[in-house]
Amino acid sequence: MSITIRDVSKRFGASVALDGVTLEVPAGGLVALLGPSGSGKTTLLRVIAGLEVPDEGSIHYGEENVTNLPARQRNLGFVFQHYALFRHLSVFENVAFALRVRAWPEERVRERVSELLHLIRMEDFGPRRPSELSGGQRQRVALARALAAQPKVLLLDEPFGALDAQVRQELRQWLRRLHHSVGVTTVLVTHDQEEAFEVADRVVLLNRGRVEQAGAPLEVFENPANSFVMDFLGRVNVFHGRVEAGRLFLGGLEVPCPDNLHGEPRAAAVYVRPHELDIDGEPNGLPSLPARVLHVNPAGPVARVHLAALEGNLTLQVEVTPERWQGLGLKVGDTAYVSPRRARVFLPDYAI
Amino acid sequence: MQLDAPPAELPPAAVPARPARSAPTERRTRAPTSARQDPAVVRWGLTLAAVAVLGVLVVVPVVHVFWEALADGPAVYWNNLVRDPATRHALALTLTVVPIAVGLNLVFGVAVAWAVARFRFPGRSLLVTLIDLPFSVSPVVAGLVFVLLFGPRQGIFGPWLYAHGIKVLFATPGIILVTCFVTLPFVARELIPVLEADGPEEELAALTLGASGWQMFWRVTLPNIKWGVLYGVLLCTARAAGEFGAVHVVSGRITGKTDTLPLRVEKLLQEYRTPAAFAVASVLTSLALVTLGAKAWLERAEASSLLTPDPSAPRGERSKERKDEAA
Amino acid sequence: MRPVSRRVLPGFSLTLGYSLFYLSLLVLLPLSACVLKATSLSPAEFWDAVSTPRALAAYRLTLGASLAAALLDAVLGFLVAWVLVRYEFPLRRLFDALVDLPFALPTAVAGLVYSSLYVPSGWLGRYLVPLGIETYHSPLAIVLVLTFTGFPFVVRTVQPVLEALEPELEEAAAILGASRWQTFTRVLLPPLVPAILTGFALSFARALGEYGSVIFVAGNLPEETEIAPMLIYARLEEYAYAEATALAVVLLGISFVLLAAINLLERWSKKYAA
Repeated sequence: MSITIRDVSKRFGASVALDGVTLEVPAGGLVALLGPSGSGKTTLLRVIAGLEVPDEGSIHYGEENVTNLPARQRNLGFVFQHYALFRHLSVFENVAFALRVRAWPEERVRERVSELLHLIRMEDFGPRRPSELSGGQRQRVALARALAAQPKVLLLDEPFGALDAQVRQELRQWLRRLHHSVGVTTVLVTHDQEEAFEVADRVVLLNRGRVEQAGAPLEVFENPANSFVMDFLGRVNVFHGRVEAGRLFLGGLEVPCPDNLHGEPRAAAVYVRPHELDIDGEPNGLPSLPARVLHVNPAGPVARVHLAALEGNLTLQVEVTPERWQGLGLKVGDTAYVSPRRARVFLPDYAI
Repeated sequence: MQLDAPPAELPPAAVPARPARSAPTERRTRAPTSARQDPAVVRWGLTLAAVAVLGVLVVVPVVHVFWEALADGPAVYWNNLVRDPATRHALALTLTVVPIAVGLNLVFGVAVAWAVARFRFPGRSLLVTLIDLPFSVSPVVAGLVFVLLFGPRQGIFGPWLYAHGIKVLFATPGIILVTCFVTLPFVARELIPVLEADGPEEELAALTLGASGWQMFWRVTLPNIKWGVLYGVLLCTARAAGEFGAVHVVSGRITGKTDTLPLRVEKLLQEYRTPAAFAVASVLTSLALVTLGAKAWLERAEASSLLTPDPSAPRGERSKERKDEAA
Repeated sequence: MRPVSRRVLPGFSLTLGYSLFYLSLLVLLPLSACVLKATSLSPAEFWDAVSTPRALAAYRLTLGASLAAALLDAVLGFLVAWVLVRYEFPLRRLFDALVDLPFALPTAVAGLVYSSLYVPSGWLGRYLVPLGIETYHSPLAIVLVLTFTGFPFVVRTVQPVLEALEPELEEAAAILGASRWQTFTRVLLPPLVPAILTGFALSFARALGEYGSVIFVAGNLPEETEIAPMLIYARLEEYAYAEATALAVVLLGISFVLLAAINLLERWSKKYAA
């Protein structure tokens, strides 16, 4: 079932948590709400669940307007950040809770719970208390509990936030597979872009209660809509310069910039990802900035180079392949020439 | 489809042998290092002094009650307790008043704790102050205010009630009312911090799983606050059974009619029946000792039921994080 | 905690409505009756009622005895809390549990026992009375029994703070060269002060209103060993409701001032705890 969010706003006292959010979650989709702390992503999730009531706007499940429907009647599964497992109930009874309150017959409850415990590979943990489980196990029980009553919608609030890196990695893949087999419309909240990109087939970037961009992971990463998205998704070098008549001026550097053909000069911020900068031992004819090598971390799949521009107060991060780095033969203290392969220019808001 | 067992998480036993200094059950103050150790003279001197204080203040009086009660032998003690119809009636009255007062305050305590701990509304802190008010009112004043309301001649409602044959003052209803008043805060005060510390997550989880309000209350809220409830009921019962001043004022102290057990102690003393007074007092003292035992037991039971090996989700901090998220 | 929307969690109107109803009936209505009755007196009459020599003597005795008892409780309570938290000795848990006895024991029983223990022939009175220490039907008797009823407050407010003090504090003080006494006065005591004061104020407030235990030991002689609650009771017995109410208002006023002070103290303590 698809979820539609129309013009939803929510305030807590003076602070605005959601500011006119409109969003479509396709039926059977797996969407990640991504944003920094305070961006309103958790509030949006709770509004979708009915745990918060929006001040304005409406929420639709399929064709049905559920804005005023209490959470308990929405038939959804919600996984809380810290799981909110019932401390006084066993794993079995936690998973069975939704079935018990729906007065399922005992036999069907047993059947369904065993099925779910098998799904999360915790068949033998039925009699345990939540306090006797590891973080990853609690997480899986919380998921099984949310799925027990075959919800139409599954919502997860920072589902892997409280786990170790390695457990997190495995649970992501597991969630992906689970979603594939169950096919339930799923929305998850995360502040970790890697997690969002790995799990979701659609990513929604939120900032200060607004949707900055929504789309497939690759699309968002390759074509960021604005400087916030660019900045939030991965490392980036920021240059401040000006654009004039389709050309970009950065200190002594001049590069073509065909997207901005305005005649009059404008201040602009230029964003270049570390892997989109190239580095060379001497000037090679392309527009380039001379800079001094400060530090190199050659370990790993890429060599990370930190440089300081010779002119102006600017530090640069460049990523090249280790082979290329070795081929250059540069050392800390040497002067190198940095040239952008690709740059994204964002004009400040007031200029638009 | 299954999930492989998570390899990164070692069982708790495999954690490297670092001193478990802040395990939840262990009181860190119990293992003094030399820098924290007081000289033996100081230690033993202070310990002896403290034991002496507790001895004179608490132990001697308790022993004294039973000593005096049994001064004339167990047979007399027994007669003093069961052969006196006025004492028997006082016991019956106390056994009537206490459950009613505790029951009413239990319902109130749960209701007000839910409203105060789970919602924000104007006048909330005033409400919390009001709950505590009976603690700071002298029992005699508590009795007095009910006399002003229900006094048969001068009270506000008294004359009307009297004309319609309803006796509040100098009768059981008045005793129940003042007992409710003086013990009103106990359950609420226990439950408000418990509910606040837990946060609403589990209840919200129950709602998303389709539970109705009552199902949520009986299946999730109540099991989580049960220790607080038991605690509050225990303290409330002890205080209700022992209340003297307020009942003294509103009961009229009619022997065999409106005397509760504590009032019976005073009456017997005034009648120069000291052993009988101590016999009744010994019953009340036993009740107090049982209360202390039950309290100690509850504290232990609660501590062992709260033993959570994984501290990754500390109670009380969850809601704080959400607040940051909303800000 | 973030406020939960009233439309999400159930039961707001039901629980708040019932609580307000119950509180109004049991607390607000009676207390306003008290204020109403007091205002039926003219200011001059009110003043006369609350400023008779007998009333003034009663306030003096009530305040003096309560203050003395609360001070005694602060000293003894601190000692007991210190020993219970920091030292290991046989029956420690039993003694710890017994601290609460004055809360659990009906005040009438406390009064009965104390009156019997401290009479000239009593277990303790026989040693004290010959020394000229009047422990029966005297202000000292009142102080003794009030010390008993208020004893647990200081212990129970100091104990958790003392337990929460980090051992590192003392170790740091020792490494920095402080003696044990310096460590006590400069490092350990200051964070405990708010808790001690809170306990002191609580036991003072409790003592001001205490009635049941005092009437057994005091003798209740007007202007000598009659406390304020006893005077209110005596006025009620004479059906002098208005005078009794006037005295009650004075006592309530003192209690409320103390309540406010305790609230402030607790806020101060929390700052230390955080």
